[in-house]
Amino acid sequence: MSSFRLSRGGRIDRAKPLHFTFDGKPMQGFAGDTLASALLANGRQLVGRSFKYHRPRGILTAGAAEPNALVTIGEGGRTEANTRATLVELYSGLTARSQNRWPSVDFDLGAINSLLSPFLGAGFYYKTFMWPAAFWETVYEPIIRKAAGLGRATYEPDPDAYEKCWAHCDLLVIGAGPAGLAAALTAGRAGARVILADEGFEPGGSLLAETAAIGEKAADDVLGETFAELASLPNVRIFSRTTVFGWYDGNVFGAVESVQKNTASIDPNRPVERLWRIAAKHAILASGAEERPLVFGGNDIPGVMMGGAMRSYLNRQAVAPGKRTVIFTNDESGYRTATDLEAAGLEVAAIVDARHSAASSWSGRAPVFPGAVVQDAKGGKALTSVTVIKDGAPVTIKADALAMAGGWSPIIHLACHRGAKPIWSDAKAAFLAPETQDGLTIAGSAAGLGATEACLADGAEKAARALRALGFSHASPAFVAAIDTATVAKPLWYVRGAKGKAFVDYQNDVHLKDLGLAVSEGYGHVELAKRYTTNGMASDQGKLSNINAIGILAEARKVSPADVGTTTFRPFYTPLSFGALTGASKGRHFQPVRKSPLHDWATKNGAVFVETGLWYRSSWFPMAGETKWRESVDREVLNVRQNAGICDVSTLGKIEIFGKDAAEFLNRIYCNAFLKLPVGKARYGLMLREDGLIYDDGTTSRLSENHFFMTTTTAYAAGVMNHLEFCAQALWPDLDVQFASSTDQWAQIAVAGPKSRTILHALVDDDISDAAFPFLGARQVSLFDGKLTGRLFRISFSGELAYELAVPAGYGEAVADAIMAAGKPHGICPYGVEALGVMRIEKGHVTHSEINGTVVPADLGFAKMVSPTKPDFIGKAMLSREGMVAQDRPSLVGVKPLDPATTFKTGSHILSDGATPSLENDQGYVTSSCYSPNLGSTIGLALVKHGPKRHGEHVTVWNDLRNEYTRAVLCSPVFFDPENGKLHG
Amino acid sequence: MASLIACPHCGPRPKEEFTVRGDAGISRPAPDAGENAWYVYVYLRDNPRGRHKEHWHHTSGCRRWLIVERDTVTHAVYAVVDAAAQGETA
Amino acid sequence: MIAPSSHGESIMRYSAFSVFLNALRANKSWQPAWRSPVPKNHYDVIIVGGGGHGLSTAYYLAKEFGITNVAVLEKGYVGSGNVGRNTTIIRSNYLLQGNNPFYELSMKLWEGLEQDFNFNAMVSQRGVLNLYHSDAQRDAYTRRGNAMRLHGVDADLLDRNTVRQMLPFLDFDNARFPIQGALMQKRGGTVRHDAVAWGYARGADSRGVDIIQNCEVTGIRRENGRVVGVETSQGFIGCGKLALAAAGNSTVVADMVDMKLPIESHVLQAFVSEGLKPFIDNVVTFGAGHFYVSQSDKGGLVFGGDIDGYNSYAQRGNLATVEHVAEAGVALIPALSRVRVLRSWGGVMDMSMDGSPIIDRTHIDNLYLNAGWCYGGFKATPASGFCYAHLIARNQPHDTARAFRLDRFSRGRMIDEKGVGSQPNLH
Repeated sequence: MSSFRLSRGGRIDRAKPLHFTFDGKPMQGFAGDTLASALLANGRQLVGRSFKYHRPRGILTAGAAEPNALVTIGEGGRTEANTRATLVELYSGLTARSQNRWPSVDFDLGAINSLLSPFLGAGFYYKTFMWPAAFWETVYEPIIRKAAGLGRATYEPDPDAYEKCWAHCDLLVIGAGPAGLAAALTAGRAGARVILADEGFEPGGSLLAETAAIGEKAADDVLGETFAELASLPNVRIFSRTTVFGWYDGNVFGAVESVQKNTASIDPNRPVERLWRIAAKHAILASGAEERPLVFGGNDIPGVMMGGAMRSYLNRQAVAPGKRTVIFTNDESGYRTATDLEAAGLEVAAIVDARHSAASSWSGRAPVFPGAVVQDAKGGKALTSVTVIKDGAPVTIKADALAMAGGWSPIIHLACHRGAKPIWSDAKAAFLAPETQDGLTIAGSAAGLGATEACLADGAEKAARALRALGFSHASPAFVAAIDTATVAKPLWYVRGAKGKAFVDYQNDVHLKDLGLAVSEGYGHVELAKRYTTNGMASDQGKLSNINAIGILAEARKVSPADVGTTTFRPFYTPLSFGALTGASKGRHFQPVRKSPLHDWATKNGAVFVETGLWYRSSWFPMAGETKWRESVDREVLNVRQNAGICDVSTLGKIEIFGKDAAEFLNRIYCNAFLKLPVGKARYGLMLREDGLIYDDGTTSRLSENHFFMTTTTAYAAGVMNHLEFCAQALWPDLDVQFASSTDQWAQIAVAGPKSRTILHALVDDDISDAAFPFLGARQVSLFDGKLTGRLFRISFSGELAYELAVPAGYGEAVADAIMAAGKPHGICPYGVEALGVMRIEKGHVTHSEINGTVVPADLGFAKMVSPTKPDFIGKAMLSREGMVAQDRPSLVGVKPLDPATTFKTGSHILSDGATPSLENDQGYVTSSCYSPNLGSTIGLALVKHGPKRHGEHVTVWNDLRNEYTRAVLCSPVFFDPENGKLHG
Repeated sequence: MASLIACPHCGPRPKEEFTVRGDAGISRPAPDAGENAWYVYVYLRDNPRGRHKEHWHHTSGCRRWLIVERDTVTHAVYAVVDAAAQGETA
Repeated sequence: MIAPSSHGESIMRYSAFSVFLNALRANKSWQPAWRSPVPKNHYDVIIVGGGGHGLSTAYYLAKEFGITNVAVLEKGYVGSGNVGRNTTIIRSNYLLQGNNPFYELSMKLWEGLEQDFNFNAMVSQRGVLNLYHSDAQRDAYTRRGNAMRLHGVDADLLDRNTVRQMLPFLDFDNARFPIQGALMQKRGGTVRHDAVAWGYARGADSRGVDIIQNCEVTGIRRENGRVVGVETSQGFIGCGKLALAAAGNSTVVADMVDMKLPIESHVLQAFVSEGLKPFIDNVVTFGAGHFYVSQSDKGGLVFGGDIDGYNSYAQRGNLATVEHVAEAGVALIPALSRVRVLRSWGGVMDMSMDGSPIIDRTHIDNLYLNAGWCYGGFKATPASGFCYAHLIARNQPHDTARAFRLDRFSRGRMIDEKGVGSQPNLH
């Protein structure tokens, strides 16, 4: 094992070695390691390259804020770029690779950018690359894009599963450090429903790395006892490996749980990640504090590390950060790191304390340099020495590790997701969020406290207070009150006189001078500086960099950090995968599938299906030997017109309407009259929007005095239902009318063709002769000698003698089979929506291809359907506006090619014969088209200016997209049987 | 917008069960109210920064149209009543 | 390198040479990109809103019409509104006659913009593909593409195989709604959004326009039926003409003169992923769900979906919408599953009643309105400023923006690309 792993101590299990690879090289760690700690233990500090200058970068932190140690893990569809090594729980079989380097992380040619850095300052790209204009897309941008980015994502689909859940609780505790544990224990004892969420694989937060005693007890014992009691409480749920990423309205928190991110052998029956929406009555945000880096030359050289991170690696994973460490601190934290290093037998070369009055309590071996600063760190791919300015003079100290302890910033991210603004506190030298907001309280070091005892007390006290407000009147703090003994660091935003680059945002390579440039160029506002320099825009979202940037901007602008303010904290606290947000709604399960009750019937008859909204509808029914869809469709059309066909129309929206005012209601809903529709009759209705444009159409039948049955188009079924309910409930609550959607309750079958009556006669017990059941008849019928009751409508979309038979959904397939059997001697065939479409175009019937949201009834030849006498109906008032009655509104016509051997397509535009193609000369467009086997020609419907007056006019059907320009003639939209002889047959 | 809406008929339910239509502060004019009244009804909306009453439909629930009074800046919901009952309680 | 500007100061012209020269001077000679002036007592024109449209209007007022005694009042910082919150897409693939020539004018202005205002806004014509998944969508795109071509706008209808060759990582084999093809506009693409605001601000400033940040308009003062100036957080400022360009806050400002607008304010969220090596070249719009995506030069996937659907001024949205967008994203590009989303944010959209904008005079004869851009305002920035400047300067609408009238609703002349009527959250 490497010399960086200490022989004893830590929370790792030395009996459980784990094998992994980094850049192909086999390495070993232990259970309890993160990838970062294991890399360090293996002597691997250089793990990545920076974004712009390709500087060598090491592991800086031990947590979520890591800007440098981003690696690509996994293989194939499980490849994950930009993974923070500090958050990866080590497992056997893990493969990790460095990023943004070529050919290797140790030797990266991109590092040449570092030499060009004077020319690559903040925003340099806004000032150049403009000439010649064409070079941006062809030369400059491709180079920039190739150089930019970090990891490479895979194109392979993800083989793993994800899921989403809701959880409800009285108290959500975010963070299982001292304050969070104390809050959870307080709430648990009070009997509240508690969820304790923590991003780590081992709850405990700072207690995991704490060596100092808490009162009488070792930190580890406090943690153990607290955790044991929490685990014993059935009302407490502990969500470890769970990151709360966002705070949303209604006190709902988004969280993502890693379920199988710590294993190479993934159980396909369980998710790898789980998205939680946690509805909490109250939440305690105990997210801790982030240690601040210090800004000096070369502060990014591998070996430079946050002091707290160093302590964490040392005490949790027994990993030495180096052999000889310099501490650069401006508060007490640096001394704790030094204490632990020396306790582990490691050399601390010096404690460089920026404060003039350094800690007096230091009793270790290392020399303390008060009032001194580290001006520059030296070394290429690894730290070799630091230049310290001590008493005004430079001193060089050899070291392979440098700890930075620049003070602490409360992690207030989540508390600011709903608009709260962070407030600068001079006392804490930090930005704090409002301590209490509706539904959320901040506790512990997230609220600006320092000492562990104080955080425990604060979490307990705030939880107790929140619970009492929720009605848990006996809630009392699980830890005793304590005074915060921690001191506050005096901010040191940057060290003057650095020779090397002093980085503020590590990942995006924003350094001190970039921020100065931003201020001098007028981008000094914190939001402009962010946008201009990209400070804070990297994958760590400024967790480390923002505070120093604000301090630097404040100094440059000669104002307080309070005047600079922060940029906006926005979700997500840490990045989360698309997979977790998607859950199971992917691939073929992206949207639910709706199947007609006749789906199986259609399947066994060989249907080819097409997606129509959520539905699958049968398009056509190919017969043996038919190789092209048109062959099937032509045959179906001809057969229906000659014999008979059966078509599934179950997907049409179906609404039962009841009430003594149902007729009056419908009269107001449709633009045509419905009040006097006789019982037993169906009527075609046109429904407008309040702005006068057509919303939907369909037939509505009166089954009894106070019972109507409405059909809508498939696409608008849900919308029409909502509309009816709005009108009934919000506009006219005085009307007695009720609705029930029965779309799924009825299987509805169209039987069309000259032989349809004969065929139905075999099933229907009632008299359905033309005299007894004429066109637009609608009534309940008895079927199969009284075995079944259905509804029969004599309506026709095809223009043939036709019926629609509705039977309870469960009987649909049997009834369809019976119709097929009865129709067999008469040549019946199933037909799909394609054939239906051909026949309706032949008849000039409109669908939503024509009812496209921009047409009024007159545009489609329905002017006479608009009742002039009804006092009111939806849409009436707005129909008379000037633009709605304009003579040149595109209106419905038929169109067919002059030469039947030529064709055209829907979406083509109409130009007057010989006119130059231009928008000004645009006469309209083809809304529907098909090949009509009855006419032996392509035919179409079109909306054309002055259309009805232009029958007989020759035009060009213009489809420049396909280089298709067809000479055609405008005509009546009714191509087939204009006298409706067949319909009434 | 609140993640949960307290339907007067169904209790607190996820917002995704509801459909929003918009400004509930406008009443449908009489048929003969004139062009301008109808233009105002169909096209103009109250759009306040702050308290606002809107029509919401509990589409995936009781299918009642509701009037939700809420804040367009904080997204807090103040009251939810049935649209048909608005005269009595709103 | 030093060009004189109209107000006697001088600004440094940006170029590779200037970057080189300044580097030799340790980058200490760069000057502010725009001044921070104290507001004057009176301006010929005051523009309310220092976003993309307000700044471009000021720029073109000065450059095209010689009107330089202009102030742009911004309640936050330059570009703090939607110009810095969008998904950076530009395109001119519109269907209707009222829109199509206007957006094409905008595209032509984009094509020469950087050289015009001497700022690299990274206009990148990487192609916009609108996918279609059904015959009906194909037909609608056929109509649209032909309408574009009638006006000389580039449009191509691609079949499934062509799209597959271009973007093989889209879900072609396991999709709920299989991709059938795409309508492509090659000249569409992306622009670095903040840089648009900065370029216009710098260009306007150098021509004498005062850009006044942290200056919130709190009232509009009228005398004898005319606007005489505005009350602001920095005091009263007089003006000859007042031009509103306040985007999501348009109705709030219009309320100051008791003017009700056919507009609702809605929140639209947008997102960026962690930085990745080149992943997707084009702008792609899913046709079976709300999702559109492109990749920034920095490597982040920039994407968005539909508005949340409720009125809001909060600049933040809901988790459910985030989930919907991610679901649609993975439905389109399964490999996204393992990509991480870095950040979400929200903008306030002034959603009009037909989905199209308003550039018009108002009932007060020296008050002008530019509003209702819905979620499509960014791509319109150059033409909006150009046409609005024309309207303000000449008191006559520019030809290509003639249809964007405020009275089109009462006249029944809506410009409704989607055909969904007067419900803003459906546009």
